[in-house]
Amino acid sequence: MTSPLQQKIKITGPSIVTANRTSDGAVIYRTAQQGWSVDLAKAAVVRTADAARALLAEAVADDLGAVGAYIAPVSIADDGAPTPGNLRERIRRNGVTIDLPVCA
Amino acid sequence: MYAYDEIDRAFLSERVSEFRDQVARRLSGELTEDEFKSLRLMNGVYLQLHAYMFRVAIPYGTLSSAQLRRLAAVARKYDRGYGHFTTRQNIQYNWIKLAELPDAMEELAEVGIHAIQTSGNCVRNITADQWSGVTPGEVDDPRIWAEVLRQYTTLHPEFSFLPRKFKIAITASDHDRAAIKIHDIGLKLKRNDEGRLGFEVLVGGGLGRTPFIGKTVNAFVPARDIVSYVEAVLRVYNQCGRRDNIYKARIKILVHELGAEAFARDVEAEWAQIRDSALVVDDDMVADIRSRFSYPDYQELPETPGELVRETDPHFRTWLHNSVAPHKEPGYAIVTLSLKPVGGAPGDATAEQMDAIADLADRYSFGEIRVGHEQNLALPNVAKRDLPALWRALDRIGVATPNVNLVSDIIACPGLDYCSLANARSIPVAQELTRRFADHDLAAMIGRLHINISGCINACGHHHVGHIGILGVEKNGEEFYQITIGGRADEGAVVGTLIGPAVRFTEVADVIEDIVEAYLALRARPDELFIDAVARLGVQPFKERVYATR
Ligand code: SF4
Repeated sequence: MTSPLQQKIKITGPSIVTANRTSDGAVIYRTAQQGWSVDLAKAAVVRTADAARALLAEAVADDLGAVGAYIAPVSIADDGAPTPGNLRERIRRNGVTIDLPVCA
Repeated sequence: MYAYDEIDRAFLSERVSEFRDQVARRLSGELTEDEFKSLRLMNGVYLQLHAYMFRVAIPYGTLSSAQLRRLAAVARKYDRGYGHFTTRQNIQYNWIKLAELPDAMEELAEVGIHAIQTSGNCVRNITADQWSGVTPGEVDDPRIWAEVLRQYTTLHPEFSFLPRKFKIAITASDHDRAAIKIHDIGLKLKRNDEGRLGFEVLVGGGLGRTPFIGKTVNAFVPARDIVSYVEAVLRVYNQCGRRDNIYKARIKILVHELGAEAFARDVEAEWAQIRDSALVVDDDMVADIRSRFSYPDYQELPETPGELVRETDPHFRTWLHNSVAPHKEPGYAIVTLSLKPVGGAPGDATAEQMDAIADLADRYSFGEIRVGHEQNLALPNVAKRDLPALWRALDRIGVATPNVNLVSDIIACPGLDYCSLANARSIPVAQELTRRFADHDLAAMIGRLHINISGCINACGHHHVGHIGILGVEKNGEEFYQITIGGRADEGAVVGTLIGPAVRFTEVADVIEDIVEAYLALRARPDELFIDAVARLGVQPFKERVYATR
C-alpha cells in the first residue's frame, strides 16, 4: 500500500479519518490525541490536505488497532460538532436505516 | 442430506484451528492487515460498513434440521439474532466480532458447515436447484454432481488463485431455478439419445458491470468426464483470463473476446490431454457419494388426502396455490417458505424462525430444509395430508406469506445499509415495494413478476435478470436508481433493458407502480405474464408511461 505521505490527497471541506476497529469491526474515528473513539464528536477535524495526510498517516500506522483507515467528509454543526458528510458515513455512524429483524 | 465422514470432519476441525491461530496472530499484531486479509477472505470473513461479515456456505442449498438449528444458535450467540440468506445459497452474519469468529466457526464445523471458498478468486460454493432430488422429471439428482465437483475443486491448488472468482450452478430441470445461464459455468444434467447421463455445459454467463448470458460450449459431456471437462475450462481460463484488469478478469470476458466457438476449441484441446486420466469419475466414486445422501423412506400416500380437501380456509387455499409445488412422489409436496414478509428485509430470518423451521422440518419434512437463490427456504418432503397443519405453524412464525414468484417476492442484496461497496440502499426500496403490493388479490392479479434490487453494479441482487431490475447508483452524493425491464434468470435468460434516466430514492416505488399499471393496461390477456408482455411490446410503452410526467 502506498504510504499516505506519498498519496495525492484532496479534500473539499472539513474532514476526519475513520476506520473499523480490528477486534470487532466497529466504526471508529481518529482523535486529536492520537487514539480512536467510537464517538464522531471526538474526531480530529482537519481542513487542509497536509493536515489530512498527516492524520491519515498516523491512523494507518496503527495497523493493530484499526483496519482500512480513510478520509471522510464532515459538516460542522452550529455547536461545532462534526456530523457525517454523506449518506454512507451517516449510516456508518447511526447504523442501518431499517429495523433489524425481530421474531415474528 | 450428505453425511460427512471422519476425513471431512478432521479437515474442518484442522481448518478452524488454523484460522484460530491466524486470528490470534492478527489480534496480537504478529500479522498485519495486509497479511491477514487474504487469510480471512479465504474463510468467508469480509469487513463491511459496521462490522465483520461472515459468509457461510450451504452447498447446493441443502440443510439438515440440526444444521439449521446451529445456524440459529450462531446467530443468537455471536451475532444479533438473525442471518441473511443470499442469492448464492449462503447465509451471512452481519455483526460478528473477529475475536469470536473461531468459536463460531468451530460450532458450525461440528455440524459440517463451513465458509471455505465463500470468498476469493477460487471456485465458490457450488449451487443447485433447491428442488433437486424431489422435483418431478429430473434425470438425476444434481446435488450428487455438485458434491463431486465440490470435493474436486475445494482447496485445489491449481484453482486457488484464478484471475477472479468462479461460480458454478447445476440443474436437472427444464425450468431452471438455479439460474445456470448467469454463472461462470452452468451445468444442465440430461440424457443423450442413447440414454447416457451427461451435461450440457454453458460457460461465460455473469452479471456485474458487463452482463453476459452463458453460451453452450458442449452440448453433451458424459457424466464420467465432467471433472476433466470442468478442469479443462478452468485451465484455459487460468491461462488466458486477464489478470491485469479486475473489470475484465471474469471468464465471461474471455469467452466474449475469444468467441464461444474458439473458446470451446481451446477447451477441447486441453480436455483431449486430460480426459482419460485419473479425473474420470468412476462409478464407485459416484456410488459412494450417492450413498452419503440420505433419501427419505417415502410412504405410499393418497395424492389428494381428505385433510387437504376438508381444509377450506381461504387463506390456506391461497397459500396452497401459491407456495406448494408438485413432488416426484405421489402424496408429497415441496413447500416454499417465503422470507419476504410485507415490510421485511428479503432473505432475513431470525434465530427463532430458524429454530422453529428446523422443528417443523423434523416433524413434516424428514428433517430437511432447502435454500433457494431467490432468498426463500423450502421444506422438500411434506406429506400432503400435513399441509394444513404445517401452514398454520408456518403462518405463526411469519413465513407463510403467499407471495412466492409474485411482485413482493423481491430479491435484494444488503445494499448501503450493510455493504461497503454499495452506492445506494436496497432493503428500504424492497420494503416500500412490499407495502405497495401487500394486497394479495392485486399481486395475484398481476401474476408472476420478479423484482431484483442491487445496491451497486456488482449485481448481487441479480438486477439485470429481474423482470424488473433496480440498480442503485450515486449521483452527487445522492441515491439514484436505474430501472431495467424484461430481464429473466431462467432457461430463457436475458438481460433487461434500461428504460431511461435514473430516478430518486423517493420515486422508485411510484415508478414501479407505473410500470405495473402500464402492464395491466397493455397485456393482451389476463394470463399474459409481465415478462411476455415486455417481450411483445418492447420497453417503449413502459418508458413513455414512466417519464411522461417526470
Ligand atoms: S450488489 Fe453491491 S451493494 Fe449489493 S451486496 Fe453486492 S457489492 Fe454490496
